[in-house]
Amino acid sequence: MTEAATEIAVDTAIKESAIKMRGSDVSVFYGEKQALFGVNLDVRKNSVTALIGPSGCGKSTFLRCLNRMNDTIDICRVTGEITLEGENIYDPKIDVVELRARVGMVFQKPNPFPKSIYENVAYGPRIHGLTKSKAELDEIVESSLRKAAIWEEVKDRLHEPGTGLSGGQQQRLCIARAIAVSPEVILMDEPCSALDPIATAKVEELIDELRTNFTIVIVTHSMQQAARVSQRTAMFHLGKLVEEGDTDKMFTNPDTKLTQDYITGRFG
Amino acid sequence: MTPSAIILIVLGLAAIGYFLGRQRALKTAQRDGVKLHSLSGYHGQSVALFVAVPALFLLAAWLFLQPVLIENSISGKIPESAIPEGGAKSLVMFDVRRIADGLNQIIASGDSSEADLTDMRADVTDVRSRLAEVGVALGSDVSPVVFQAAKEYRNIDLVASYLRNIAVLVVALGFGIWALRRIQPKLRARNISETFIKALLMGSSLVAILTTVGIVGSLLFESISFFKMYPAEEFFLSTTWNPQFRGGSELGFLPLLWGTLYVSFVALALAVPLGLMIAIYLAEYAGSRLRGFAKPAIEVLAGIPTIVYGLFALMTVGPFLRDWIAQPLGIGSSSSSVMTAGLVMGIMLIPFISSLSDDIINSVPQTMRDGSYGLGATKSETIKQVILPAALPGIVGAFLLAASRAIGETMIVVMGAGASARLDLNPFEAMTTITVKIVSQLTGDTEFASPETLVAFALGLTLFVFTLSLNILALYIVRKYREQYE
Amino acid sequence: MTDTTADTATAAGHPKAGSLYQVSERTRRRHAAEQRFRMMGLAAVTFSILALLGLMTSILSNGLSSFHQTYVTMEVFLDPAKLDKKGNRNPEDIAKITTFTIQPLIQAALAETMEARGIAVEGVNAKKAVELISKEAPAQLRHFVLDNPEVIGQSVTFDLLASGRIDGYYKGRVSMESAALDRNISPEQLVLADQLKAAGILESRFNWSFFTAPDASDTRPEAAGLGVAILGSAYMMLIVLVLALPIGVAASIYLEEFAPQNRWTDMIEVNIANLAAVPSIVFGILGLAIFINFVGLPQSAPIVGGLVLTLMTLPTIIIATRAALKAVPPSINDAALGIGASKMQAIFHHVLPLAAPGILTGTIIGLAQALGETAPLLLIGMVAFVREYPGAPPEGFFDPASALPVQVYNWTQRGDPAFFERASGAIIVLLVFLVIMNAVAILLRRRFERRW
Repeated sequence: MTEAATEIAVDTAIKESAIKMRGSDVSVFYGEKQALFGVNLDVRKNSVTALIGPSGCGKSTFLRCLNRMNDTIDICRVTGEITLEGENIYDPKIDVVELRARVGMVFQKPNPFPKSIYENVAYGPRIHGLTKSKAELDEIVESSLRKAAIWEEVKDRLHEPGTGLSGGQQQRLCIARAIAVSPEVILMDEPCSALDPIATAKVEELIDELRTNFTIVIVTHSMQQAARVSQRTAMFHLGKLVEEGDTDKMFTNPDTKLTQDYITGRFG
Repeated sequence: MTPSAIILIVLGLAAIGYFLGRQRALKTAQRDGVKLHSLSGYHGQSVALFVAVPALFLLAAWLFLQPVLIENSISGKIPESAIPEGGAKSLVMFDVRRIADGLNQIIASGDSSEADLTDMRADVTDVRSRLAEVGVALGSDVSPVVFQAAKEYRNIDLVASYLRNIAVLVVALGFGIWALRRIQPKLRARNISETFIKALLMGSSLVAILTTVGIVGSLLFESISFFKMYPAEEFFLSTTWNPQFRGGSELGFLPLLWGTLYVSFVALALAVPLGLMIAIYLAEYAGSRLRGFAKPAIEVLAGIPTIVYGLFALMTVGPFLRDWIAQPLGIGSSSSSVMTAGLVMGIMLIPFISSLSDDIINSVPQTMRDGSYGLGATKSETIKQVILPAALPGIVGAFLLAASRAIGETMIVVMGAGASARLDLNPFEAMTTITVKIVSQLTGDTEFASPETLVAFALGLTLFVFTLSLNILALYIVRKYREQYE
Repeated sequence: MTDTTADTATAAGHPKAGSLYQVSERTRRRHAAEQRFRMMGLAAVTFSILALLGLMTSILSNGLSSFHQTYVTMEVFLDPAKLDKKGNRNPEDIAKITTFTIQPLIQAALAETMEARGIAVEGVNAKKAVELISKEAPAQLRHFVLDNPEVIGQSVTFDLLASGRIDGYYKGRVSMESAALDRNISPEQLVLADQLKAAGILESRFNWSFFTAPDASDTRPEAAGLGVAILGSAYMMLIVLVLALPIGVAASIYLEEFAPQNRWTDMIEVNIANLAAVPSIVFGILGLAIFINFVGLPQSAPIVGGLVLTLMTLPTIIIATRAALKAVPPSINDAALGIGASKMQAIFHHVLPLAAPGILTGTIIGLAQALGETAPLLLIGMVAFVREYPGAPPEGFFDPASALPVQVYNWTQRGDPAFFERASGAIIVLLVFLVIMNAVAILLRRRFERRW
């Protein structure tokens, strides 16, 4: 615990304006069962933060707290504070719809809607009323698909169902769908776990590019992936945050034995 | 001996066969000093099966065919002259059967012996009053020809029944003894009885096929004889429905079709939006407690018999609509109307539709909802723009099934829609439907072989074809939908 | 306000800044739409509950009164001079007396009772007074005398049914105004009824005979009961149970465990799914054409009704049984096969017992469906007026009988509004049976539900 405390002290040293989201003492309960124990974690602007740890360690739970996706589960209760640009997103006065427009999410399994590719991407801008004309919408759809590095593959079949794409394409479509709303933060819950190596490489490449415009938090099972795409890494174990810091440092010289063991594959 | 007595005897024989088979198996095993291939119980079981099953099948087939065959042979002997003016042979045969039945009762009551009966002649004895004494009331005096036919019918029937009993017992004993004699330790009795049982299981699954064959067969057969008497194009294209007791009926199918579709339309217009909204509310908004209670409650409601709704239409909804809406507005004076039947049928269909839609909405994967919520969509936006489009094929299937139920529904329209066949747009007028007319034509007093009665089979056939196409389409769509998410 | 934020967002292609606490106009509208949609859902639920309440209220308010009936209790002198003219108590002679002979006895008894209590209403003579008593009463007396010839010559206290109009007067169906226009009852007679009631001669009590008595003719709704209908329904349920359960289970076992995956099996399955959705009236046509016209079974008989309902119930039972068999994990089957049991043994010894609660639940629900089915029974003649109880099974299966739902329909077709009360009462009886059956099914499911 003391190591974690020093880490936070170091974090607070960096400029406050570089922090996009901050979790303070976040605990999550599923009914009687506690899944997350007082986690303190900062997410820095325009960087990729990777959450790692063995299965059931609470990393996905923490991720879902960041845009209140846990609200959809009846028995789930969150305590503590998470801020976006200094505003507590669990404040009852906060509108979850607006929050999610600013903190988007990409899921483990590609989940395109049973609509055309175009409609999948246009869905977000439509519900949020981001455009006034068809031309504007077309523009958003195209730019989102381009940013998601899938435009070239689908530009000739925008009006075919999104479910007809391959797994990797579907996931990039889902990323395009998330980008189309112009969020500030994109949360990614093991976005490559259902994909083959080639598709994974494409998505990883994409994540790296997106960093310039968005803040990204990614949950991953793969150490290599965390090492490849992220700048910051946080290690979870049994619902607690074990260690966090710069990815380079974490993978070369971790502070805790636990992290060392996990990264070198001795458990997990 | 009655059939039920024969059945009991056969079952008794089977029980005896079971014990004999077991004993014999054990004995032969002991004698030869070898181990039985199968447990002794299986030897018993196979003997019992061989005793009972063929014999009972024979009995069933015989019971089914005997009346038909005898009737054919007797009716061939009735001369045309014995058939009254304007009557049908089937009616004469009906009398023949009843007289034969009455003669049996006379014997059973002990008043007359067989010999008396042989001497009894229609032109000498007052057969009608004799039969009336034993409770068989005849519409007219008995003609000698008919009486002779009845006596013959009875004689053949007696002989045939006697033969039947003997044949059944011979088959039971024959198969039983054969099965007993072949028992030896090496016999694979278990495999034999299991093959036997498997055949029985397969036979049972054929009942469904036979039912369909029976439905299609009887509908087609009687419809063909209807179309021989009445031109098909008039039936399908005429706009007048006006059956007469003494011929010259106009049996146009269109007014009935119109009434059916109109009532169904009103019902579906009420039930589909409501049922769907309820399903959505329960699936997406209601807490798990409410769901746990509402789900079985809806299933129970979907099981309320339609006669209950029919009574509701007749006693409450009909008079209410007439007194508060139709009469004040001057648009109708009848308590049975398209509106009455349609509204009540709509109420009946609500639980049906919500139960089906609920299943379908729940099978839309959670990841779809997450995807939409993750983009910041509200619940209603997610429902309207993601869940419903995803569930659409399933919901269309549910809609078609509901339509098929509405078209085939009988009691609510019999009690709520009225009986007058008309082509009208005013929903507060009484109109009639296909099912109402099937009931009224088949429960009326007209004779069976007239177009007025047989038209019911043509109506039934149309109804069957209609609902069958809807069902097949619906089941196909729903099946495809399920596969999509499995 | 909205547009400006949206514009900056799109134009810059960059995250919109701003506080989360500022809810834009558009979001507010979206939330309003959300609320409206939710309200629509709630409204749909509310409407349906109201419709259901309306249905139940209508039936209960119309039907509950049928469980009470107005009776006239008085002593009747069984005059030997009328009942047994020869004086030899010979049952055969007594059997020849008719209800016409008995009517005067009742009339005299009522007149005497009224005189003894000092009850009299102007304009109501003895002949008018006896109209307060049901036409069923002489028949009741006749049966009593035939069963107990030794009572002739004595005075016996009888509970006699009051006429339908008097009964209706105390149930709010008949009023002084309506009586003034009614040929069958006059306001004076109602006054007399009130006096008799005050004297305790006429009273309302629980109507047991509603459950046991047979149907009655158009003119005596007060005597109509459900006895024959309940018995007929019970016979049919027995037939359905005995035929549909074994055939349904056998067919399900075959389809689920043995049937090869081929066209033929597929056809059987599609067939069963379709049969479950064929309109019930079509099954009635099948029953009429095959069982009655072709095989020659009698009309109105429970055997025909039972067979038709069996064919209707089979798909329900097969679908439920297959679901129950499917729910048993294959590991159980494998375990039995692994120790050398034959497939048949594995199924009958292990899988079937585990699936039994599910099968039973499905069967009960199928039976409940069959119990309420009306349309097919109309076509096979069960709507006929039957006053005789069917005999004991199995011969009784071939006797004419009625059925509960058909009896309801039958009563709604009669002229006297008193029959509407009876019909609603019969519906209540039917619903009570159905509620019990469904409750048993739900309890079974709860009690034996297993999660693997």
